[in-house]
Amino acid sequence: MKEIKVDTLVIGGGSAGMAAALEIAERGFSVTIAERENSMGGILNQCIHNGFGLHHFKEELSGPAYAEKFIDMVDSSKIKVFLDMTVMDIEQTTDDLTAYGLSRDNGMVKFSIKTVVFANGCRERNRGSIGTPGTRPSGIFTAGLAQRLVNMEGFIPGKECVVVGSGDIGLIMARRMTWIGSKVKAVIEIQPYPAGLTRNIVQCLNDFDIPLYLSHVVGEIHGRDRVESIDVIPLENGVEQKDKSFNIKCDSLLLAVGLVPDNELAQKIGITINPETNGPVVNRQLMTGQNGIFACGNVLHVHDLVDFVTEESERCGRYVADYLDNKKPADQYKTTPGKNVKYLVPNYYSPKEDNKFYLRTMIVKNRAELVVKVNGKEITRKKLNHIQPSEMISFSIPGGKVENISELHNNILEVQIV
Amino acid sequence: MSKEIFDVAIIGAGVVGSAIARKLSSYNLKVALLEKECDVSFGVSKANSGIIHGGFHHGSEYLKSKLEVQGNRMFDRLEQELHFPFRRCGIMVAAFSVEEMKTVEQLYMNGVNNKAVGIEMCNRSRMLSLEPKLNDDVVGGLYAPAGGIIEPYRFVFSLVESALKNGVKLFTEFKVTSAEHNSNGYGIVSEDGKKIESRWVVNASGLFADEVSGIFNAEEFKITPRKGEEFLLDRNSAARTEHVIFPVPDHVSKGILVIPTVEGTTMLGPTAIPQDSKEDVSTTAINLKMVFSSARRMVPSISGRDIITSFTGLRPVLESGDFYIDVSAKQPNLIQVAGIQSPGLTAVPAIAEYVKDLLKKDGLVLTEKSSYDPTIDKLPRMRTISPVEADELIKSDPAFGEIVCRCESVSEAEIVAAVKNGHTTLDGIKFYTRAQMGRCQGGFCTDRIIKIIQRETGLSYEDITKRGKASWILEDKIGDLEVNSYGNME
Amino acid sequence: MKKEMICISCPMGCRITAEWENDNDIKVTGNKCPRGIVYGREEILSPRRVVTATIDINSSSLGRIPVMTTGTVPKGIIDSLLNRIYKMHLETPIARDDIIMKNIDDTGIDLIATRTVTT
Repeated sequence: MKEIKVDTLVIGGGSAGMAAALEIAERGFSVTIAERENSMGGILNQCIHNGFGLHHFKEELSGPAYAEKFIDMVDSSKIKVFLDMTVMDIEQTTDDLTAYGLSRDNGMVKFSIKTVVFANGCRERNRGSIGTPGTRPSGIFTAGLAQRLVNMEGFIPGKECVVVGSGDIGLIMARRMTWIGSKVKAVIEIQPYPAGLTRNIVQCLNDFDIPLYLSHVVGEIHGRDRVESIDVIPLENGVEQKDKSFNIKCDSLLLAVGLVPDNELAQKIGITINPETNGPVVNRQLMTGQNGIFACGNVLHVHDLVDFVTEESERCGRYVADYLDNKKPADQYKTTPGKNVKYLVPNYYSPKEDNKFYLRTMIVKNRAELVVKVNGKEITRKKLNHIQPSEMISFSIPGGKVENISELHNNILEVQIV
Repeated sequence: MSKEIFDVAIIGAGVVGSAIARKLSSYNLKVALLEKECDVSFGVSKANSGIIHGGFHHGSEYLKSKLEVQGNRMFDRLEQELHFPFRRCGIMVAAFSVEEMKTVEQLYMNGVNNKAVGIEMCNRSRMLSLEPKLNDDVVGGLYAPAGGIIEPYRFVFSLVESALKNGVKLFTEFKVTSAEHNSNGYGIVSEDGKKIESRWVVNASGLFADEVSGIFNAEEFKITPRKGEEFLLDRNSAARTEHVIFPVPDHVSKGILVIPTVEGTTMLGPTAIPQDSKEDVSTTAINLKMVFSSARRMVPSISGRDIITSFTGLRPVLESGDFYIDVSAKQPNLIQVAGIQSPGLTAVPAIAEYVKDLLKKDGLVLTEKSSYDPTIDKLPRMRTISPVEADELIKSDPAFGEIVCRCESVSEAEIVAAVKNGHTTLDGIKFYTRAQMGRCQGGFCTDRIIKIIQRETGLSYEDITKRGKASWILEDKIGDLEVNSYGNME
Repeated sequence: MKKEMICISCPMGCRITAEWENDNDIKVTGNKCPRGIVYGREEILSPRRVVTATIDINSSSLGRIPVMTTGTVPKGIIDSLLNRIYKMHLETPIARDDIIMKNIDDTGIDLIATRTVTT
């Protein structure tokens, strides 16, 4: 069995893994990326639409182009990349970390490492996750699978389809299906408001007169062998109005019903998972509850924009390098989501250092405010133009801003949306 | 089609027909196994709960009780020969009231009368020490250590592989629609006009046993499908128990169980609802709630967040409630094997012996085949081997180094093996390898599996289906459809 | 005349209003950046969109190569453009930003590859 000694093993060569690895390599540490697919870039490779990179590169790129800019940087760095490699297991002893990855060309490779970065992204929720009743015919695809079949293989998953979920992935796929000659008969959204960006409602649905059914759910799937139709049920005050249900004939159903961080390996080795994000609980340095194991990108929490993934992962890379430099972190205290906040990442902050946070709210509101409190005292307040659960919010607390740290209190940093 | 005259044609390649076929393959006989679906185990058997029962649910007056206890004992040897996933994890029945404990006593007496191995009555603390995840409110129950779990479809696949290895001929997509008695025995004709001849016929056609009996002008009886919905939880679910947990049964069914499947997931179900349709395997929202509340009563840590999929099976139920296994009294050379509902899977090895004896009694000459080999090759599974073993395996076949299904760690080599064993649909590959069966339900691997099927079989993408018939996946490629997305622009 | 719309130039999605007497004098309000003015005018005169698609390629690693227009093109030509793109076949190697179709229908806009495919 091949054995490799390296400072950091980055699991996943998508936007998160590449950004983290580049920062670690920049600081002079040895880094290896293990990527499952035959090229780096992750899910960006199938996101051929434009709209990536506005924040990071100040230009509007397709997913593959955004990925390629990073792939080029990785290729010209000292980072070692294993393609077609699946990491099967991680073992942790007191000081040592061992990881096992396998590939066709290398067999099983044993990595002796000091640090691991989980950067292996998320997976799609599917029919089982939303519990849609009915028959079990062919023609039910998660939107991501359909996107891969269309954009990378050139297949058409159905001639007449219904999209479930109005998040950006659902909207983008509605346009894509239309642009390959299929008829999109409807987009069904359980919430009373669209989950995706307004611009995508305009250019992906309105441009083609695709009906968007807000506050509706799929009641039942029909068809013995292949999908033949679906029942759609309106909701009133959250209650299904079965007498008002209607049927839509279609040969395919695209499910864009959310993403979940893919943390099977982390769970297997006992890393504590935050049930609100399904990602690991991490400290200010994005390190999980186990020493030397970090997480960034969509495996930590699901992001809206790849630009945010890059920002977070570059920071993660710097924290990993600090850890390898034996730089001792300053004292940390817990963070907690308060009023109207679904989750807050990271789960710890350091009063003496700069802190960057990502959060999601639970409400839709115009002209909201974000309030940060420690020990009951307001630390800072930020005006927010428009907020909704599907749009991630970020803010920073600079080092020294929190002055009321006291041994008499728990010093928990609470974030509210009011 | 086939000009040869078979000695025995078995109608139905579910677990019953496949076990009979394998049993008969140990004798010098020409055996045909006929299946209406495109793959074996695609009827009742694929949605079975996979319980190897403990021999206490039914009184000794039933044929099914006798065969259940006999069948249970035969599984260890079968596992050694056929390598299907099997574990004697033990079965527990949890009672939550003094009244329920009275029923448990009855079950215990059934078990003793049926000569079930190792069965015991448990008080509350014994129940909780055996199974700490049980609800604290449990008052006592029953423990049957000989009970266990298997993967039912893998069992069928192994039985068929063994049968084929020993000379049985399998005819899939052979839906029997007519039969005539002639000097050779029977001429059996399929829906699409294929015909085979056989001296004896075994009717093991599950839900359709009544209709097949009708085709042969044999006994009249009615099979009523009883629907069972099941829910599968992620392998990381905290609610996974060590034992199969039963509630105290009612008069209709054995109730909603918590099943730690042999492959690491947890299954909840099944419901038990009689229906008319033999095709309707839809799931319903109401039953989901019912299954969860019933299962949670026994194991409170069960969470809806862990659901990865649901499915429905239909049990073939006869009015008598017992198995009907006998030589037809109305037609010559016909054996009826009908009403094989729970504990049918457990009883199956004994059913195969029983049917073999009936055939012998009916005049079929049985001589043992000297070349009979009861074992099949064991296919390595990447998920269950050590890093060193994995490294060796990849050296011998690099396709083991390509993980196609990340959730269940299934390699390309395992998928190729499935295809080579005749499982060329997405569901066939799913049941053979577990690829697409994990938490992403095929989201990441379906496209890769389609490519492997195409490469190994030469099939075009249009011909690849989920489970045969019209269950096509992809019909068109980009460029086949004219784009007219913006309508008529003014 | 007056038309309310949502600017799609970036993910902000500003709600903008276009008011005009004639085609030469369209006034846009509500925009948070200059691109809103351009978008508002275009949406009145001749609505335009960026097009992304894929083209068949003889690659061993990839079935289709992603392509994109270098700017917006009039909506009216998009269906015809897509139907033409889907009939094309490309040979490797192709580099990101390589021009696949120059000056599409005299719009001044090119179609470029957005991924490098070497083999």
